[in-house]
Amino acid sequence: MLKDIDFDLQCTDIVRKFDDFTAVDHVSFAIPKGSFFSILGPSGCGKTTLLRMLAGFDDPTSGEIMIKGKSMNGVAPNKRPVNMVFQHLALFPNMNVAENIAYGLHRQGINKVEIKKRVEQVLARVNLAGSGSKEISQLSGGQKQRIAIARCLVLNPDVLLLDEPLGALDLKLREHMKIELKKLQQEFETTFVYITHDQSEALVMSDQVAVMNHGQFQQVGDPQQLYYEPENAFVAGFVGDSNKWSAQVIDILSDSLKVKTATGLILFASKIDDMPLVIGSEVEIFIRPEAVHISQASDQALQQNHLNININNILFDGANSQLLVTEQISSEEIKVKLPQTAEFMHLRKGDQLQISFPAQQVKTFVKAPKI
Amino acid sequence: MMKKMGMNHSRTPLKLGLLLLLCPILLWLVILVILPQLTMLNISLQERVAPRVYEYGFKNFIEFFTEPLYWNTFLRTAIMSIIATILTLIIAFPISYYIAKMLRGRAKGLLLVLCLIPFWVSELVRTYGWMILLRESGVISTFLQYIGFVDGPIEFLYTDATIMLGLVYSSMLFMVVPLTSTLDSLDDSYIEAGYDLGGNGFSVFWQIVVPHAKPAIVSGCIVVFMLTLGNYLTPILLGGKSSLWFTEQIFTQFITRFNWQQGSAFGVLLLSISSIIVWLGLKLTRQSFSKVMS
Repeated sequence: MLKDIDFDLQCTDIVRKFDDFTAVDHVSFAIPKGSFFSILGPSGCGKTTLLRMLAGFDDPTSGEIMIKGKSMNGVAPNKRPVNMVFQHLALFPNMNVAENIAYGLHRQGINKVEIKKRVEQVLARVNLAGSGSKEISQLSGGQKQRIAIARCLVLNPDVLLLDEPLGALDLKLREHMKIELKKLQQEFETTFVYITHDQSEALVMSDQVAVMNHGQFQQVGDPQQLYYEPENAFVAGFVGDSNKWSAQVIDILSDSLKVKTATGLILFASKIDDMPLVIGSEVEIFIRPEAVHISQASDQALQQNHLNININNILFDGANSQLLVTEQISSEEIKVKLPQTAEFMHLRKGDQLQISFPAQQVKTFVKAPKI
Repeated sequence: MMKKMGMNHSRTPLKLGLLLLLCPILLWLVILVILPQLTMLNISLQERVAPRVYEYGFKNFIEFFTEPLYWNTFLRTAIMSIIATILTLIIAFPISYYIAKMLRGRAKGLLLVLCLIPFWVSELVRTYGWMILLRESGVISTFLQYIGFVDGPIEFLYTDATIMLGLVYSSMLFMVVPLTSTLDSLDDSYIEAGYDLGGNGFSVFWQIVVPHAKPAIVSGCIVVFMLTLGNYLTPILLGGKSSLWFTEQIFTQFITRFNWQQGSAFGVLLLSISSIIVWLGLKLTRQSFSKVMS
């Protein structure tokens, strides 16, 4: 039992059904104390339902939620040691900043002097010292974020839930707030459960990420694991950018597979040990744009996949620039990362190049049967 | 040069257009509201010195303050109207909250329409409906006798409680509609945030729901109060001779006594008291008229 204390939040076999629709389907996880845990998934995957069950606004059909080893089944939201930062923050417009932060403390029956002290402390910690008397409407988007977080953290919750709070911000501010949130989490050492559909938010901030789809956790792991070792086709396609093809196995070699896409592109792909594959099996293959090596001379390196390509389009986006290229024989389109180095500066549309990549970089998954 | 002339041309029609568009409302206000009020003020300041000879003076107003019946009726009307307004608010708030926050989809619209349906028949017919229910030989009295609850017929009409019932009933819609639309605009996440931060039903209601609904509460109260204060039919029909409603006094002066001067003075007084009470209400709730009415 002592081991349970190390986890701030444990969920066992949670199911939530709405009539005949299962929004959350047998989800189990445990979040260690003080970590940043993200639930990443497309809209409609059940992540909001899961978060609302953690907050207590919804009850699981079956399963158990434990916070600090105590069961939360049947405990009302105002009695749970969790607080939530809402998608649109839900700062009370009729109260100023200090009153918003003090709201929860007042409910705990703390005396006014103590409340004033704690409000000032938390404002200082989110770098907004002295703005207690400001009205909510006077704050900028980023300041509102910080007040919404301060309003929860001042109550010292065991777990802080965040429901896509960065969704409404513009790109620059969002990038900034990502780093800020991570810093706040480390400073307060509170367990954060963050839900988002934005993979970059999840990858940048989290210690652990759970990728969710159709009410189930597809994979739980640290960001590197999700990115480099996706366990299934959904994770491989959802996390990061990928070229994705359906293909058929045409040969099984000792250390790789030879596969052929619908348009006739033949590639060597990584071999899965525990999957019984035969010649003719349908698979899905993924290759990340940055795993592809571009070479102008026909250097026959050790890479297994060599393709002659034409540049179809150059998508310039600073450091994230990509080439859209077509393979010469099959005309299959491939996205390739374009490093912004002098070597590739002169590339133009229509140029011919060679690309190469090792078979291990081509992730293979057995095609899921259509439901 | 051409450009300048074009601009000059476009400015004049715009002003004229605005004036033309404003015309109906201006005519309406001036002919039907401002002129009659000014005329009434003028008449109220005239006192009769001899047949068909009038002089300006405050006799009609002095008469109001020296005759206890007048100002007692006046006070009674104002106090009963305030009570009716408060009762309407207390009854309408849970209804509005239920419609706006608890219901979803079709049921929501249906319930609001159900609140509206009684207003498809005229106030007179609705009041007669109440009389059919409440009079000595009416439905309720007969039913109570039938089940043996009482021995003889009971008269429910002609009491203050009956007047109050009629007033609250006839003004319910004017409270429910603004409250429902405002509560509807309160995002659920505010209420959830209130609970999430440790609030209970009481604190969420008083610190989150009520402040949000305040403009609607105040505007609903103003409308209900004015309608109640100026109501004539309901107090007269349900209250009978003992209703002692101020509009009845005005009616008596104009029609029965044919004393237009005194009646006008009462009219001016009624307008003043309603304006003063509305102003006080706005001051007490720290709301501005333009904000409440927008």
